[in-house]
Amino acid sequence: MRPRLQLLSTDLLERIVDEALDLLATLGVKVQNDNAVALLADHGATVDRESGRVTLPGSLVTEAISKAPSGFALYDCLGEQTHDLSGDRVHFTPGSSGITVLDAGTSEMRTPVTGDLVRFTKLTSRMEHIEAQSTAFICSDVPEAIQDSYRLFLCLLYCEKPVVTGAFTIESYALMRDLQLAVRGSAAALREKPLTIFSACPTAPLKWSDVTAQNLLDCAADSVPIEFVSMPLSGFMGPVTIVGSLVQHTAETLSGVVLSQLANPGCPVLYGGSPAAFDIRYETTPMGAVETQMIDCAYSEIGKHLGIPTQAYIGLSDAKALDAQAGLETSMGATLAALTGINSISGPGMLDFESCVSPEKLVVDNEICGMTQRMIRGIEPRDDFPAQPLFEEMLRDGHVLIADHTRKHLRSEHYFPGPVIERANLSRWQAEGKTTLGERAHREVLRHLEEYEPSRVSDDVKRDLVELMTEEARRHGLDRLPDRESQEVPAR
Amino acid sequence: MEILSQIASELECGAHEAVRALTQSALEQELEAGVILERGLLAGMQVVGDRFRNHEVFLPEVLLAARAMNAGLELLEPHLGKAVALSRGTVVIGTVQGDLHDIGKNLVGIMLSGAGFEVIDLGKDVSPETFVDTAHETGASVIGMSALLTTTMPGMKKVIALLKERGLDSSVRTVVGGAPVTEEFAREIGADSYGFDAAHAVECVKELVG
Repeated sequence: MRPRLQLLSTDLLERIVDEALDLLATLGVKVQNDNAVALLADHGATVDRESGRVTLPGSLVTEAISKAPSGFALYDCLGEQTHDLSGDRVHFTPGSSGITVLDAGTSEMRTPVTGDLVRFTKLTSRMEHIEAQSTAFICSDVPEAIQDSYRLFLCLLYCEKPVVTGAFTIESYALMRDLQLAVRGSAAALREKPLTIFSACPTAPLKWSDVTAQNLLDCAADSVPIEFVSMPLSGFMGPVTIVGSLVQHTAETLSGVVLSQLANPGCPVLYGGSPAAFDIRYETTPMGAVETQMIDCAYSEIGKHLGIPTQAYIGLSDAKALDAQAGLETSMGATLAALTGINSISGPGMLDFESCVSPEKLVVDNEICGMTQRMIRGIEPRDDFPAQPLFEEMLRDGHVLIADHTRKHLRSEHYFPGPVIERANLSRWQAEGKTTLGERAHREVLRHLEEYEPSRVSDDVKRDLVELMTEEARRHGLDRLPDRESQEVPAR
Repeated sequence: MEILSQIASELECGAHEAVRALTQSALEQELEAGVILERGLLAGMQVVGDRFRNHEVFLPEVLLAARAMNAGLELLEPHLGKAVALSRGTVVIGTVQGDLHDIGKNLVGIMLSGAGFEVIDLGKDVSPETFVDTAHETGASVIGMSALLTTTMPGMKKVIALLKERGLDSSVRTVVGGAPVTEEFAREIGADSYGFDAAHAVECVKELVG
């Protein structure tokens, strides 16, 4: 049996959806993009030109929900399927868009540059339990206008896994699309085998900005999967209660579903989010808060109830170092998310809310993800009945260390984490250097980078990617792309 | 010689029947028993040992490989000269007096047998006299002692003292282990070696019998 977490009763869930539908039909959403407003108006939405608010009749929303696919697949750069985002299947993705990197050398958070993202991408390619990559850092050594596309460029160059990403401007979507086309070969091939997921974040409360709405429409037109990332902040930009925050999340997300399914009926979407229980004491948005995680898991229940696959920023930490808090918040989130069956779990590697990415933490989290994946495989009998023969064998031999039953099931029944998770006895741990978790994680990062194997994407495609990016950089005043193999870090 | 590398690779997989059959064919091809041992069986065992130390394979794989090696060794035995001793020696093991915990000790016994030692397991709650008498009577070269309780650890010291008293401490070496036992404690009580886990204990015994 697959273990499953449920936080909402059906009654409460349906009431939340009803209230959200009511909000959309009465107060509506503010849409700051003319194309989106026109599209909504064409399909029966009422537009108040003065306030910019668009009210969506219930029938429009429910029809859009019925058109959204109940699942979709992702394919890596080589065209192999890696993801089945449907049912209760769970896939982990590194946290994304870090504005700082935790430098293992100095233990300081600093501004990331090209080399940081290249190393992180190489590292991600080797993480067994993390099936997608993300555009993890914003590199400060390229002009702002290309910072979004430049991340995708590096990811596609160094790692074969599908990419969770997003555009920061309307203009940059074109290049981000072209980069994907360079890998896939044609628009039809990209449509058939999606390579990326783009985030589309409504602004709390109940608003779609010009950029986000246009990105959403562009992705939908190309059938590039979209994850809606609604972010109510409980008690600040969202009701203080979990139920109130869920109503807001549902309304914002459903308005995204409507836009996407009007733009291209049947285009793949994820019912995602990054809400937070606002911590009024520090004016922060804790991702490790239990209430944040409860909102995440509950909205995933709502998404599944509506028949749409889900996503969440969960399984990350607010800690500022790779410490006990980092471990506990990450594993609590990852565990709850997996039990809920959130299809795409974005979080591994992240610290400091959603600000910092740590290569060492990614290695730690990979083992957490491995444990979590084991847990949701559940408890099943595996040649256990009848029990008598095995017990006879154990009584005869005194142990089952080399019994056929053991040999057959040892590695599938038990997940053996390590070397980051330490399970040696005290003496052996002492004999092997008394390492801390941070030291073991750092050693693993170095080992993985040493053993990294380049992406098998063809040299022609890689050349195309470099040409596309170089041209774009020139347009923005950068004559040469930064040295990708540089180990240099920016001066503090 | 391809058959030797086949023996080695089958041994690495713990396929004892395949190792036995291949060893038989090698003998029929009139390969020297000593060569089959060195470049077939022991070569395979070496690979498994290295993988185990690198955490690539676990205890069961080592034990399976050992079983496969023994299957081959049985056939080679009549052909090996007297100079080649098949048994690595005898080891007496037990949990010390007053202590009823034997999981770790049992694991050491299984591992030692797998590594080709003759193991005499005295069980738990073993008195110093029983340890020493048995070692003396069987000509064992090593006594392995285990304890889980700090209160029973001094029993190890008594065994070592008794060996000295009887003048056996140079012919019978000692190895100690168990959760509360440390290298420092082992040194203090004059034990010859300290194994921090079952696999390490086997390494210790191998070193002691040289």
